[in-house]
Amino acid sequence: MPTGRTCQGVSANCAVGGTRSIVGAVSKLASMRDAVARLVPDGASVCLGTGLEAVIPFAGGHELIRQGKRDLTLIGPISDMLFDQLIGAGCCRKVVAAWVGNVIAGLGHNYRRAAERGVPHPIEVEDHSNFTLALGLLAGSLGAPYIPTRSLLGTGILESNRSLKLGTDPWAGDPLVLVPAIVPDVSIVHVQRADAEGNCHLWGTLGVSREAALAARAVIVVAEEIRPREQILADPNLVLVPSLKVGAVVHEPWGALPSPCQGFYSSLARQVGAGRSRLEGISGSARDRDPGASQGEGAPPLRSPRLRGPLMAHTALLHDLNVFRARALPAQPLGGGIGRGAEPPSEQ
Amino acid sequence: MTYTDRELMVIAAAREIGDGELIFVGMRLPLLAGMRLPLLAFALAKRTHAPRALGLFENGVVRESPAPETPFTMSDPPNIAGALWSTTTGNIMALLQQGLVDMGFIGGAEVDRYGNLNTSYIGDWKRPKVKLPGSGGGGDIASLAKRFVIIMPQEKHRFRERVDYITSPGHGDGRDWRRRVGLRGGGPSALITTLGVFRFHSETKEAYLASFHPGQTVESVRTQTGWDLRVAADVGPTPQPSAAELEIVRSCDPRGFWTR
Repeated sequence: MPTGRTCQGVSANCAVGGTRSIVGAVSKLASMRDAVARLVPDGASVCLGTGLEAVIPFAGGHELIRQGKRDLTLIGPISDMLFDQLIGAGCCRKVVAAWVGNVIAGLGHNYRRAAERGVPHPIEVEDHSNFTLALGLLAGSLGAPYIPTRSLLGTGILESNRSLKLGTDPWAGDPLVLVPAIVPDVSIVHVQRADAEGNCHLWGTLGVSREAALAARAVIVVAEEIRPREQILADPNLVLVPSLKVGAVVHEPWGALPSPCQGFYSSLARQVGAGRSRLEGISGSARDRDPGASQGEGAPPLRSPRLRGPLMAHTALLHDLNVFRARALPAQPLGGGIGRGAEPPSEQ
Repeated sequence: MTYTDRELMVIAAAREIGDGELIFVGMRLPLLAGMRLPLLAFALAKRTHAPRALGLFENGVVRESPAPETPFTMSDPPNIAGALWSTTTGNIMALLQQGLVDMGFIGGAEVDRYGNLNTSYIGDWKRPKVKLPGSGGGGDIASLAKRFVIIMPQEKHRFRERVDYITSPGHGDGRDWRRRVGLRGGGPSALITTLGVFRFHSETKEAYLASFHPGQTVESVRTQTGWDLRVAADVGPTPQPSAAELEIVRSCDPRGFWTR
């Protein structure tokens, strides 16, 4: 461990206390393996996939799978297909999400198997909308018990998600939905760049990344580039979350693929989507995407290569290359940078 | 002049956008081939009758011009660069909850006669026959936008008397249901399908067939509707796309990826 500190579990004191009283930078650089092993115990609630469709921390999610994590509560609005993969791998006991599927192909077949037939094991689903999930994390970040909203009144979501309560505006008397605070044990956020202490910049799509990082008891920052502290702190308004919340910093270039990362890469679908037939090749047949067509017949078997095979293989390959690179190569030389990233506009 | 049903749907959807309006474009129509239709409709409206419309996306993006290429996901770099604002999801949803958003597009796996949409569970939610992906931002748009437009393929099993589960609230069980449950947004104003365009009665709030697409008839639409369909007194064919409209749609989707 580069930090030279031991820190077991995910309590707030642990994540925060290690650096709070230290003057100057303390390196929290860690391999993905070590960061996940240290900060994500079995049974933890993990928020990941906070960029809606971008900067989904696939590398982090795949490490959860690799380490065989169990009984996780997955929290996130739209996770591309990462939640679907984690559910299929048996890592998940509960899903707190607005949308679980595959942003290109539609349905999440692992999610369907688990929710409909308990395969590989039953999961609990807490339905949200994008707004109520964002508000839950915002309440967590504010240290507030709940936040009221006018969204979702009259919907089935209020029935199937028992954590949402119907309330009344104490002044006007109007009906309101009360969204309780969501406080993840750990949030995994993918960013363009960070310093070794965990001060980081995210740009392009923010989604709920800031609320997720501020609400969590600990944060794993996954960065495309590691930059010098003075460069990150030259514009402290841009720092996503104060490093006192950060438990580990992982240097993992390409770690969000197949989702896009502004200034670094497009989604894999866009990269290979130059020709229609090729994209269809990875996104499956019309039947795969069509909930009506497969009603009553159950989902295709897991071994079906039609939808998941090639793309999973591709991401797994890319990810293993990343792991290999991360282990074989030292971290980026400080101050160097690869120079591919578009700078955020206000940075000099 | 030949065109596909999806091209016609894009053009019909674009005509629902008023100039100067704030439009929740979103991206998350649940069926693959429909997913990008709102984006294309927005692009078409901007280049024809609504040059001052603004588009919102739930990942945190406000755009005054359509992305230079149709992105594969709403968060791909072309949809971010050149945006008026790229912020948090919460900030975009805040505009919606303030009542500033004129119209939003949504879809669903099932719709019913009052425009309620289900994208969550087929069957009883406690023991679902099919677990669908869920709300995304759909429930928020349906709750909070001044009005919304539904885009869906029309098949009888999707057009139900009553949906199994309301993910995105339409007009509930009709009349003043939305006011009674406390919803501020105006509910669905149009339902654009592969077969025709439905609108909602000003008092009963029930969907009725306003126009059928070229090649369809009232009867052919009725056979794909799961409730006792009401029909506008002046029902007729959906206006044909103009050559200019088709040209713009095809320039936005040159390979026909979303519309062919």
